[in-house]
Amino acid sequence: MPKLTVNGIEVETPPGATVLQACQMAGVEVPHFCFHERLAIAGNCRMCLVEQEKASKPVASCAMPAADGMVIHTDSDKAKKARKGVMEFLLINHPLDCPICDQGGECDLQDQAMAYGFDRGRFEENKRAVKDKELGPLVKTSMNRCIHCTRCIRFATEIAGVEEMGATGRGESMEIGTYVEKALTSELSGNLVDVCPVGALTSKPFAFVARPWEMKKIESVDALDAVGSNIRIDARGSQVLRVLPRLNEDINEEWISDKTRFAIDGLSRRRLDRPFIRKDGKLVEVSWQDALETVASMMKRIPGERMAAVAGDLVDVEAMYALKALMGSFGSGNIDCRPVGVALDPSVRAGYLFNTTIAGIEQADACLLVGTNPRYEAALVNARIRKRYLKTGFKVAAVGPKLDATFPVEQLGEGPEAIDRWTETLKAAKNPMVIIGQGALARPDGAAILARVRKLAEETGMIREDWNGFNVLHTAAAQVGGLDLGFVPGKGGRDTAAILKGCEAGEIELVYLLGADEIDTSRLGKAFVVYQGHHGDAGAKRADVILPGAAYTEKDAIYVNTEGRPQLARRAVFPPGDAREDWKILRALSDMAGKKLPFDSLPQLRKQIVEAHPVIGAVDAVTPAAWGNFGKEGPVDPAAFVYPIEDFYRTDAIGRASPTMAECAAVKAGVAPGTPMGGKTGTHG
Amino acid sequence: MLSDKDRIFTNLYGQRDWHLPGALSRGDWDGTKELVLKGRDWIINEMKNSGLRGRGGAGFPTGLKWSFMPKESKQPCYLVVNADESEPGTCKDRDIIRHDPQKLIEGCLLASVAMGAHTAYIYIRGEFVNEAHRLNEAVQEAYAAGLIGKNACGSGYDFDLYVHRGAGAYICGEETALLESLEGRKGQPRLKPPFPANSGLYGCPTTVNNVESIAVAPTILRRGASWFAGIGRPKNEGTKVFCISGHVEKPCNVEEAMGIPLRELIETHAGGVRGGWDNLLAIIPGGSSVPCIPKSICDTVLMDFDALREVKSGLGTAAVIVMDKSTDIIKAIARLAKFYKHESCGQCTPCREGTGWMWRVMERMVKGHATVEEIDMLLEVSFEIEGHTICALGDAAAWPIQGLIRHFRPEMEKRILEYRASAPRAA
Repeated sequence: MPKLTVNGIEVETPPGATVLQACQMAGVEVPHFCFHERLAIAGNCRMCLVEQEKASKPVASCAMPAADGMVIHTDSDKAKKARKGVMEFLLINHPLDCPICDQGGECDLQDQAMAYGFDRGRFEENKRAVKDKELGPLVKTSMNRCIHCTRCIRFATEIAGVEEMGATGRGESMEIGTYVEKALTSELSGNLVDVCPVGALTSKPFAFVARPWEMKKIESVDALDAVGSNIRIDARGSQVLRVLPRLNEDINEEWISDKTRFAIDGLSRRRLDRPFIRKDGKLVEVSWQDALETVASMMKRIPGERMAAVAGDLVDVEAMYALKALMGSFGSGNIDCRPVGVALDPSVRAGYLFNTTIAGIEQADACLLVGTNPRYEAALVNARIRKRYLKTGFKVAAVGPKLDATFPVEQLGEGPEAIDRWTETLKAAKNPMVIIGQGALARPDGAAILARVRKLAEETGMIREDWNGFNVLHTAAAQVGGLDLGFVPGKGGRDTAAILKGCEAGEIELVYLLGADEIDTSRLGKAFVVYQGHHGDAGAKRADVILPGAAYTEKDAIYVNTEGRPQLARRAVFPPGDAREDWKILRALSDMAGKKLPFDSLPQLRKQIVEAHPVIGAVDAVTPAAWGNFGKEGPVDPAAFVYPIEDFYRTDAIGRASPTMAECAAVKAGVAPGTPMGGKTGTHG
Repeated sequence: MLSDKDRIFTNLYGQRDWHLPGALSRGDWDGTKELVLKGRDWIINEMKNSGLRGRGGAGFPTGLKWSFMPKESKQPCYLVVNADESEPGTCKDRDIIRHDPQKLIEGCLLASVAMGAHTAYIYIRGEFVNEAHRLNEAVQEAYAAGLIGKNACGSGYDFDLYVHRGAGAYICGEETALLESLEGRKGQPRLKPPFPANSGLYGCPTTVNNVESIAVAPTILRRGASWFAGIGRPKNEGTKVFCISGHVEKPCNVEEAMGIPLRELIETHAGGVRGGWDNLLAIIPGGSSVPCIPKSICDTVLMDFDALREVKSGLGTAAVIVMDKSTDIIKAIARLAKFYKHESCGQCTPCREGTGWMWRVMERMVKGHATVEEIDMLLEVSFEIEGHTICALGDAAAWPIQGLIRHFRPEMEKRILEYRASAPRAA
């Protein structure tokens, strides 16, 4: 282990560390722009120059490997002079338009210029002017501000896996861009805004909206996919203005997907902010009292077995627990948290979790994808697979239609018959893994496919004491929580398909939709439909009573991600209008229906949940699940898999309400309103 | 003066046949098989003893550089010859390739043996169209004669040589930018470490050498290290091709002994300075990137690495640019500043931003539209660039301006005062 001296402090660094890391270990701050710990080293900004004894020139600490016996000075005259010079060079062609720059207040250049710069400029010539680039509806450019650190190029190439950014031109004419003007095709493009150390790449939807110091910042988790990315919600007043990633090495590292970041403008549109009752075919605003009384009287009148409840994709654990308890108190077992009918059941927990864990992907050396396209279903799982791929010695194969993956994939075949075509490779691998997705599970033969993949996992050495390579990739934040709670049909109860059939046959008279927009509402027949949720989407359209609930940014709630990791979402803003937190609505309803649920506060409710389901109590941790027998062997339909997500940007009620997501989807489809190029590339003439 | 029998490049002026038969008649490829069979250690040792220092400008001992190549490598090793000669004033490699290409090809084989490389690339400047054609032809001749290729010269050593044309960027003469370009990417210097000897072309051990360094190797090996080391001064041994251009009667390339007095070099081979030695203003002794030296220094200075370093200039590529008293030295240096601004790759901050800044200030200095304090600022900016960049282009851009200010500051101040006196004053 190399030992070196930084400013007189002796530090021992792990092998392979750089001088910059050694300085950080010694508690010495070295300013830098181009260096980013998750990207390849570029060493081009020269801001991190330090003096190394016995070296004739100052060295770029970000790129210099720490070696035994080095003596480093970061505050010597030579180092200070080098830094001051670099800072001056960075600023001579920088527009210094901080007052109108969205990066203001969180700009590395601004901060470091304060600490290391001159207090005046000596540059008397004209500043350089650079044409702004068009990168699509999410990333706004102001290329005059660019300091050519190439972080964006490296992010796009390495992490996002799309080689779409680069530098053209030479010397001071060098420009960062895409060469042909076109929107970035990555699901992670919003992270460019974060990696850019200056205001060259900023968020387009957030442009000129707010200053960072005006917003309150709430640490929460995302609910728009099943990854459970850790986020920071920036809100002002009643509005969520921005979502940023929060570091979590186990889940999202420091990235988030574009949906997580930019779908939030859907939170202030198409909201259900009042209770409604349908009168003469029209929804009419009513008081909470009237709405709850109407539902309560229906529930009292209808026998339990003629009632049913379905929970949707964005629902939190507390609400599902409360609804399950309420339905149970009426003796109804017709509940289901699998609106699209995936063939998973709660009996064996390992059978519906991403057991390898997201961080565990980095230990795998072969990965089989079955009926899943992680790029759209869980962009950050995809990023982790790519990260693993970049380290070499990793093979990926897929069963399903051709993938547009960000890493090389061997396509084995389109349907279930191809599942066994890769057995030898998996057997030869040290840590093989399989990811089975909704495309394979949400079909009538899903249980048989699940059983087959379980067997494959057992036969290829994926299930060991120290390794579990069997993974289910969910697309909905509510799914694992619902399965953990057992929000599935009780004895003799109906699942989603049976509920819909019952509705059509008139056997089900009341359906309680808890944020369930994913079911085919045209099949609800004559049933009385109660919709509790936050957006006027498919469910609300069919509802007879609407009970306005809270979105994931508006409540303290537990979500369990695809790994089985319970995490806490926190309230950033209050629900709009008369909308209320979901468990409270159910608690109030139960009181009116004469079946008062036994909790009065969130802590009481959570205590009951954890008592009944201890795994949910282990917040932020993954509880390893025991292996067992799951799935149901049976005939398998040879039909090709269909991936669950066609439109990455609009998978849920919030995304569908978001104008930004609509624009992204339009750009992707090649019809881009609002972009100057109309979705065409520069080669269209 | 170097006697004819000690000249290595016996067809530097193209008066004789450049084809293989002509080259053979001048002694090229004579006993190459035996030299190959003596093995890599012998070759490296001989090169070390000869005292040959790299002819591309930096003057790093060539034998030592070759010895850095790993003795045992699982990866292939490469020799890359830098024929991207783009330094203003330098035109020696061009004549070597034009008139003595077989020397280069033979050198490639011997150098490759010394570093265990079975493949070599010659990266030739894109603008050298005719030279590239001729070099390709010479390579084909060598292949046809069995001198290179499988079982080169009958020595049992397999050796392939490829000529690759650049696309016209000065920066691709920097060794790691050259490797990037050769790999098909944008020519931008790499960070060092790792050095090419560890991780170079395609991540494999690579040595990049100048054309002249490689082309002199066969003769050194044939005639012995002591012969080469006997020419010149200690630590600056051997012969060197000097390129004399500018205000001389007969501009020329000439092979001379290292350490020859500058005045003797010019007066013997280039017919002297136009209008006589006393009409001399300044000389840039080593290609555009080294600081100029005024006549007072030119009177006595010797032409080698160490002597020129002592007078705060450098031998560089030994491209002697002579400027007589008719020269506007400020304008001349401003033109060089423009060249470096244009050729900066743009990768790292000081060079990208600083070269443009210096050029713009220099343009004003030419007119005198500046203040005297700005001369100090210009010097300071040049020091902010020097030594702070990834490659040496930043230094190369800074040095000419530093040389100008060091020796011709009064001239610059005079220009500023004259401009002030003549310019209409704002009310």
